Amino acid sequence: MNWYEFFLRNRGEVFERSLEHLGLVAVSMAISLAIGLPLGVALVRRAGLQRWVVGAANVVQTIPSLALFGFLIPVPWIGGVGASTAIVALALYALLPILRNTCTGIAEVDPSVIESARGMGMTPRQVLWQVQLPLAAPVLLAGIRVATATCIGVTTIAAAIGAGGLGVFIFRGLAMVNNQVILAGAIPAACLAIAADSGLGYLQRSIARR
Amino acid sequence: MTSLSDGFHNGYALEFRATTYRLPSGTPLISGLNLQIACGETLILLGRSGSGKTTTLKLINRLLEPTEGEIIITGRPSASWDPIQLRRGIGYVIQDAGLFPHWTVERNVGLVPTLERWPEEKIQARVKEMLSLVGLPPEEFAKRRPSALSGGQRQRVGVARALAADPPILLMDEPFAALDPITRSDLQREFRALAQRLQKTIVFVTHDVREALFLGTRIALLDQGRLVGVYAPADFLKATEPEVQAFAASLESGAAHGGAQ
Repeated sequence: MNWYEFFLRNRGEVFERSLEHLGLVAVSMAISLAIGLPLGVALVRRAGLQRWVVGAANVVQTIPSLALFGFLIPVPWIGGVGASTAIVALALYALLPILRNTCTGIAEVDPSVIESARGMGMTPRQVLWQVQLPLAAPVLLAGIRVATATCIGVTTIAAAIGAGGLGVFIFRGLAMVNNQVILAGAIPAACLAIAADSGLGYLQRSIARR
Repeated sequence: MTSLSDGFHNGYALEFRATTYRLPSGTPLISGLNLQIACGETLILLGRSGSGKTTTLKLINRLLEPTEGEIIITGRPSASWDPIQLRRGIGYVIQDAGLFPHWTVERNVGLVPTLERWPEEKIQARVKEMLSLVGLPPEEFAKRRPSALSGGQRQRVGVARALAADPPILLMDEPFAALDPITRSDLQREFRALAQRLQKTIVFVTHDVREALFLGTRIALLDQGRLVGVYAPADFLKATEPEVQAFAASLESGAAHGGAQ
């Protein structure tokens, strides 16, 4: 039986796991954005602190994902086996590209534009929302794009701590020493990543063109 | 709400009183500046790079705050103005125009009226009027992005934007310095006519002595953060101070090389 037959025969479960997978990604990305965007904006004018925070996010990024999932299991409140632990780890992974691109995107806005915005009497809030964020949007979106693709990939490993998703097939296939089962998880996961990446890439280009 | 135009006047629109600005490190960029600028005049701040011209300008609209001394703006110390309200009453034009690249020309020009919540029709009408004033037909230019304009057109939009809310004071920081010589002299000529007609108080920063002589009603020469003197254009080249002589010499050598004008 090749992976395609397995896929067809189990298409109900593949579909369900795909939705589960997307759900994990969506929740983690939402959390990561809710933390990363405001944090990045707050760090723009604080270069010293920014180095530390981006450095910490960088360290998190270097922890192998399987190890990070493992480390979080014994942590009270957020730990344990299941989706919530996985979401915390995934959100941490997505944080670095979002944070870094928010900081650089805003820092790279032409200083003369900011100066004239302030000089014409815009409040700091107006400068942020009407000038800095719209002009940083393509860079910001590039960060979200990288974070999303990474998150979709890493989510496959979340199945190891019982979070579900397409990784379930991968780990099942590994246990069964059956490549076809592995592929039934890996191929849809790759497709999701490619689809998300090209969708966000399209959005990024259409924003940059404006 | 008080605005700059109904502030009381003692003849001066702007007055620097022993104003000093230091960097946090203690280095002074402007030292003990005393300078009065009359309503409706075009005062040129002339000086070499690093002489404190731009710093002086930014002290007026409170992008920088004086370390010592004060600046009186239409009779009131600048520190007593709300900085946001103050800036909306002072037009500001900088070297590369600082237009918002993600906004159309019309939105850029309508910036301060929009911030001041003018009714939409009034903004539209004002934007058209301003674009015509600076020689850009609105039907051709209103919907363009700054990226679809030449350098000279961008500066025109910058001037239109600065004038849109009809501020009594206009600050200009080397607005024509980055333009090619022909565009520059066109804009200088038009701007001089505009300044005479509008009767704004204008503070104009430049390092180009030719531009200073052409546009200024008076010229304030700055050197290393200190005011060397204030001169009428007709007297400037006759002044004996060595700093003035240096500028006069630059004029002659520029002419020998077939300068812009």
